[in-house]
Amino acid sequence: MTKKQYAFYPGCTQQKGASGSNFTTSIQLMNEKLGIQLNEIPDWNCCGASIGYGEGGELPRLAINARNLALAEQHLPGQDMVSGCPACWLSSRETVERLHEFGSLMAETNEALKEAGLAFKGTVKARHMVEVLIEDVGFEAMKAPVVKSLEGLKIAGYVGCQTNRPFGIAGESFENPMYLDHMIETVGAEAVKYDQKVTCCGGALAFSEPDKAQNQIRQIVESAYDHGAELIVTPCQLCQANVEIYQSEINKKHGTKLAMPVVYYSQLMTVAYGGSAKEAGLNGQLIRAEKLEGFANK
Amino acid sequence: MTTATYKNSFLKEVEANVEDGHMVKMCMQCGVCAGSCPLGPHWQHSPQKLFMMIRAGKREEVLTSDSMWMCTSCYNCIVRCPRKLPITHIMHGLAHYAHRLNLAPAKQPTRAIAKLFWDNLVKTGRVNELKFSLAMYFKDGFGQGVKNSMAMQGVGLGLVKAGRLSPMEILGGHKCQDQNGIQKIVAKAREIEDKRRGLA
Repeated sequence: MTKKQYAFYPGCTQQKGASGSNFTTSIQLMNEKLGIQLNEIPDWNCCGASIGYGEGGELPRLAINARNLALAEQHLPGQDMVSGCPACWLSSRETVERLHEFGSLMAETNEALKEAGLAFKGTVKARHMVEVLIEDVGFEAMKAPVVKSLEGLKIAGYVGCQTNRPFGIAGESFENPMYLDHMIETVGAEAVKYDQKVTCCGGALAFSEPDKAQNQIRQIVESAYDHGAELIVTPCQLCQANVEIYQSEINKKHGTKLAMPVVYYSQLMTVAYGGSAKEAGLNGQLIRAEKLEGFANK
Repeated sequence: MTTATYKNSFLKEVEANVEDGHMVKMCMQCGVCAGSCPLGPHWQHSPQKLFMMIRAGKREEVLTSDSMWMCTSCYNCIVRCPRKLPITHIMHGLAHYAHRLNLAPAKQPTRAIAKLFWDNLVKTGRVNELKFSLAMYFKDGFGQGVKNSMAMQGVGLGLVKAGRLSPMEILGGHKCQDQNGIQKIVAKAREIEDKRRGLA
């Protein structure tokens, strides 16, 4: 099979030993089965995430994103830039759109890039891993490698914010996007209906305003429980981290007993495609996804 | 005929200096942004109110407000705004402008971590999660830092055990090769923007 080639922008969280490193593990086998080849952009840098604006402002933020895009154009010509992280994707895509819309910003950005001998031509497209799966692979082809149906597993598909807004997946509603539910169904599991699927996890405010963010997280997890979910699945690194990590803090402060596993869609798919718990990165969970591990070990 | 006009000099300042500030005047005061914000209950002034305050020339009250620092960047307001105002970007722009003028509240925690985060990334080109977390815990002094670290010890050890936080990051960790180039790009971009916005 000819593999589909993409310029891969992993982002800081997906490096070895970083908070989203289990996502990186889990996409290996998934991509292998789906004929996707990710070619890492040499010397990529941080996108500024959703908190970079405070000190970085507008042009420095656009410039650091344009550096990654310029490197992709230079080293991996003709390939779309793909990121698994919604913040990386949002920052790069916003950069592409703004620079195309405002010629003056494009000129200023290139003036800054020149300091490092780079130039952004504007030829590369910034895409999210989920877009690639849905648009370039498709649900039918995503289903083809399934050897272990995750039948009986009840999952709350937690889309969160930045994979969904302001851009979102083409054709999906901002209020009730369905693609994640379809992906859950593709691997044979049940997507429960619950009201918090696009609620914000608190984002970076989980660090700076923990009580306010944890209030968001608590609502998300409790709603998943109330609607019978055994597992939360998300496409977002920050959603995954915030919603999983802080459940213990919420329990400490409020006497609740939250212990809802939160995994990536790629971990589901890797297990359904016959991967081991380790190949799915399930040893990287703080709250073990025992039911999913059970499928992996079957 | 004479009509009462807005005291619009602050609006002009916002249009010239705040990211997407030229869109402020498009707000029709419907309040959908205020009702859509997950941190809504914690805003002293919702985006809708901030927009009207800008148009009313309330410079001091807007720029010293704690409110825009409540933005989690969830983009709910953007997608729901009937007039398609880029509200998230305007909030980010207002926060940044107030920060650069040093009018933003000194102890605002999101302002503090935003600076720590940016400094962390510019140093090596990539964010060092361990150093960023420690810098955040210790931002209010050593004693408080120890207390914060102890309180979050369980979470930290859990992440280390799960292979998602590497203690080795303290020695430098992940970084870009062309750190010098990245720093030069950032410095130049800031210089251009400062000149354009009269901040230089």
